[in-house]
Amino acid sequence: MSVKGLFFRGGREAELLIRGAHLLDPRTGLDGPGDVLVRAGEIAEVGAPGTLVAPEGAETIEAEGLHLFPGFVDPHVHFRTPGQEHKEDLATGTASAAAGGFTAVIAMPNTSPTVDDAPVLRSLRDAAELQARVPVGFLAAITKGLGGEVLTEMAELRDAGALGFTDDGRPVSSAGMLRKALQYQRLAGGVLGLHEEDTTLSNGCVMHEGEVSARLGLAGYPSIGESTIVARDAAIAAFEDGRMHFQHLSAAESVEALAYWKGRGAQVTGEASPHHLTLTHEVVRTLDTRYKMNPPLRAEADRQALIAGLKDGTIDCIATDHAPHAKHEKEVPFEEAPNGVTGLETSFASVYTELVKPGIIPLSLLVEKLTSGAALFDLCTPKIEVGLPANLALLDLDAEWVVGEHGYASRSQNSCFFGRSFNGVVRLTVAAGTVAHRALAGAEVTA
Amino acid sequence: MRHLLSIDDLDRAGIERVLDRAASFAEVAGREIKKVPALRGRTVVNLFYEASTRTSSSFELAAKRLSADLVSIRAATSAVAKGESLKDTIATLTAYDPAAIVIRSPHAGAAQLVAGWTDAAVVNAGDGKHEHPTQALLDVFTLRQRLGSLDGVKIWIVGDVLHSRVARSDILAFTRMGAQVTLSGPPTLIPRGIEALGCSVEPTLDRLPEADVVYVLRMQHERMQEAYVPSLREYAMRYQIGMDRLQPHQLLMHPGPVNRGVELSGDAIDSPQALIGQQVEAGVVVRMAVLYELLAGVHASRTAPAPIEVAA
Repeated sequence: MSVKGLFFRGGREAELLIRGAHLLDPRTGLDGPGDVLVRAGEIAEVGAPGTLVAPEGAETIEAEGLHLFPGFVDPHVHFRTPGQEHKEDLATGTASAAAGGFTAVIAMPNTSPTVDDAPVLRSLRDAAELQARVPVGFLAAITKGLGGEVLTEMAELRDAGALGFTDDGRPVSSAGMLRKALQYQRLAGGVLGLHEEDTTLSNGCVMHEGEVSARLGLAGYPSIGESTIVARDAAIAAFEDGRMHFQHLSAAESVEALAYWKGRGAQVTGEASPHHLTLTHEVVRTLDTRYKMNPPLRAEADRQALIAGLKDGTIDCIATDHAPHAKHEKEVPFEEAPNGVTGLETSFASVYTELVKPGIIPLSLLVEKLTSGAALFDLCTPKIEVGLPANLALLDLDAEWVVGEHGYASRSQNSCFFGRSFNGVVRLTVAAGTVAHRALAGAEVTA
Repeated sequence: MRHLLSIDDLDRAGIERVLDRAASFAEVAGREIKKVPALRGRTVVNLFYEASTRTSSSFELAAKRLSADLVSIRAATSAVAKGESLKDTIATLTAYDPAAIVIRSPHAGAAQLVAGWTDAAVVNAGDGKHEHPTQALLDVFTLRQRLGSLDGVKIWIVGDVLHSRVARSDILAFTRMGAQVTLSGPPTLIPRGIEALGCSVEPTLDRLPEADVVYVLRMQHERMQEAYVPSLREYAMRYQIGMDRLQPHQLLMHPGPVNRGVELSGDAIDSPQALIGQQVEAGVVVRMAVLYELLAGVHASRTAPAPIEVAA
């Protein structure tokens, strides 16, 4: 099945009455208790608490004390298909997404083979229609084989369903190549997602450069290795009037550069990950490879700048950069370990526990930033609104759980939040009108 | 002490306990029969993933002088060369029930990982550019023999700090023992943020005369190809320690192997102010003390077979 650029296996259309939950949707203005009736997979009615009645055949979920949000959207995940299914595939990746309350995700093309031509993309769409529990969209590569030298057939890839383009995992190092991709965007459409890194400043580096890398003797990747390229590329986007989305920003200077170019009217957007919003390089002192990712965890000032960017709108959305790796691949010395951490199952809970509960950001902002990724890639933004397909996440914000205690829905275990206690358990996920995840009270939390 | 992975595993009293033990072994080293039966029947595995002469040979000698059974494995000639992972290698070696595993690895944190995979006591014999705790202990031992105490002693560490595990362990150990540490070297080879370890940084040797001890690091030829310094010639002009720069009151140290004529001039190496030979000598007794502390000391992880008198 497909819904506007997204592909999934579909399923029985949900018939549900969710009764008495606190409804919160920053876009419709809902913020209080209410009933939501889902019929044939669509939001049929929204009413005051206790006013709606379940029709015959519909299941009633007593949700008093729980929160109902529009389903979350993650514009940055790695599902490792094709080629590295031992880490994740479309079935386990979307199970992980559903367990995290996500109702749409966008998969990156740095697979093996790379998603750089239409046949590979079509095969992924077919696989998603068989396996994906939650709708998945796909980005295609900007350059052939992520090599940075030859543009992919962007127009044909768009016709085949690519939501946009990215060489994620690598930067487009050549400014000239990036400019051509932006010019070609006028024909092909689709946002360019960019992993920003000056490899002459980051070559061989395995963590943020600072007092922790100095202590550990690990090669440090300085913040300017990211921010100078953000500034460069935003200037090119402005010059070509092209659309550009900066992925997984990590440095204070990058947020500053993005704010500057947004102020100049450039069509540039940015995302931040839950781990960059809640952790710093201090945790790397343990040399635990579950803290290794690119870009790396940076200093407290960088984390604060990302939070400020989230609040003032410079950072448009939260994206996990969910990057699964097999256990044996991470059980090696830090310098040898692959970059990447899983994130779908902990995205809401980590930011809720670390930033919302202490009062640093409001809950409505978190919900907004967990759904705003959709519009950046021209997808429909999930809303709690009559007549729309049901994309809903029902959460118990008080329930506490320990990450990893009962395993993960993902095939991989490389969460940087392992062992941490979080609040916020996803009880039910309804994605594109079908129940994708269910862990109602009393059920074991599998995340 | 269960393992020796970092100088951070030892407080000042812990360092002093190991060094006092080393001093008692130094007595034994003066005898014709240098062996004691302290670790008889116990197995020590030396696992070296990097070329090493003095560290591996001194650990071997240390184990033998304590009467332990010794297995020495060099990565290039073992299953490691056939692609075996570190974890699988440790599982294999653990089947021999070693009392201690001494590991040298090109990667930071390797010893710490091994400690999580085995019941044996693990000794870090150098992990990447991270730490080399037994080198730091032998450096403190050497200075203590000479100066009695490190309290208030001004130690300058000169050269390539960025790539030096010795520097990191030394900064920690020297400051823990009361010394004041200053780093000096080409700014490209001084890591950003290193002052957080409690040392200061001087880009030039102008104030070197203030030092009581000058500790010179090895300048590797590869660093020149990586453009950290324009040439060894320029490096030597700015940072080489020779008798022209060394004050008469200063002691000179180097972890070896020395690049004669690069970081040190020949006359400095051979001067009576140099403690380089004493450092090598100290290597064996300090490593004996470390193995003894871990396997037979009062804080050893497993109880020793029977208390054994070291002094005859």
